[in-house]
Amino acid sequence: MAGAKEIRTKIASIKNTQKITSAMEMVAAAKMRKAQDRKEATRPYAEKMRNVIGHLSQAHPEYRHGFMVEREVKRVGYIVVSSDRGLCGGLNNNLFRQLVKDIRAQQESGIEVDFCTIGSKAQGFFRRFGGKVRAEVSHLGDAPHIEDLIGVVKVMLDAYENGELDRIYIAYNNFVNTMTQKPTVEQLVPIAGKPEEELKHHWDYIYEPDSKEVLDELLTRYIESLVYQAVVENGACEQSARMVAMKSASDNAGELINELQLVYNKARQAAITQEISEIVGGAAAV
Amino acid sequence: MAMTIHVDIVSAEGAIHSGLAEMVYAPAVMGEVGIAPRHTPLVTRLQPGEVRIDEGGGKEMQHFYVSGGMLEVQPHVVTILADTAIRAHDLDEAAALEAKRRAEDALAGQVADFEYAKAQAELAEAAAQLRAIEKLRKMKG
Repeated sequence: MAGAKEIRTKIASIKNTQKITSAMEMVAAAKMRKAQDRKEATRPYAEKMRNVIGHLSQAHPEYRHGFMVEREVKRVGYIVVSSDRGLCGGLNNNLFRQLVKDIRAQQESGIEVDFCTIGSKAQGFFRRFGGKVRAEVSHLGDAPHIEDLIGVVKVMLDAYENGELDRIYIAYNNFVNTMTQKPTVEQLVPIAGKPEEELKHHWDYIYEPDSKEVLDELLTRYIESLVYQAVVENGACEQSARMVAMKSASDNAGELINELQLVYNKARQAAITQEISEIVGGAAAV
Repeated sequence: MAMTIHVDIVSAEGAIHSGLAEMVYAPAVMGEVGIAPRHTPLVTRLQPGEVRIDEGGGKEMQHFYVSGGMLEVQPHVVTILADTAIRAHDLDEAAALEAKRRAEDALAGQVADFEYAKAQAELAEAAAQLRAIEKLRKMKG
């Protein structure tokens, strides 16, 4: 019966694991919904800001802010948004793979790359593989705050303004739906120019203190809000990826338990049969 | 009915208020401004302070605290892009330094160039593992 006992403990331990994974699945599902709401909530701000910036740049076509002008590219920066925790399937790895492909393309055309990491998985990735990391932040929690991101964004924007970086990209997971997260690398700065609309209105704002200062402030905030959106979006992706991963883990545990149960039943039956035949054999000998 | 103006207060983390008002008071950087309907277009920076919205009709004024941000006024719409964080040049600077320091701490004594081959190898391995798991699952299912 030694085999049977071992199998029984194994079943018990898998059951415990299954309990954990299914609990994690449910937690992730609840958090995912919240993260999606958070994502929705960021939209009005960015939209309003886009309107104001659009109007400002229309009203002052002669003034091009540094963040809007393309220049020759020698060195680029990547802001890499990742999760803080694992157990979320291939989420981070898929993003890093996409990123590595991009980095290689840049390096082949003689462009150097710098990084800025958000989340401890990205931090760990660049610690293993090197690369110049200019700034990092991690452990933002489930409800990230924009003030946690001000520092890292400022480091990158300062580098851009000083001419150390000529372009800044952001890499994050785009939430398509619960089953699909798309690793995305987008250009952040210079702000990709929208097709110029016809100047419809011939009025202008009154600016306090003056138009340039206002535009500077707006653009910085706009870029911060874009980074924040990416972080929130990545958060939603993380939760949905974890939910899917934990669901399949729970399913697998269930299958494993069934199989082991069969093996256990067989072992138990074999032991009983053997005992009976021993007794019968013994009785016949007497 | 008295003339009204639409007011939106939004922050990067979500919408805070949206509604009609007869008068809006905001702490602009050059002094408090009061905005009535059909105000001329205006863009200004806000300093930390209180935004008050007078909805008229004898209702009590609504108060919101903003720690800075931007105010945009168009004849029939007021938009307040509120900061959720307290911003000041030196505070931002400190946050930036902190982020840099963390990066430097993490990278102390490490190669400066991104090792493409190593990263590629590890990712390929991870991908292969995932594929293998996928296959196993299909075979079972």
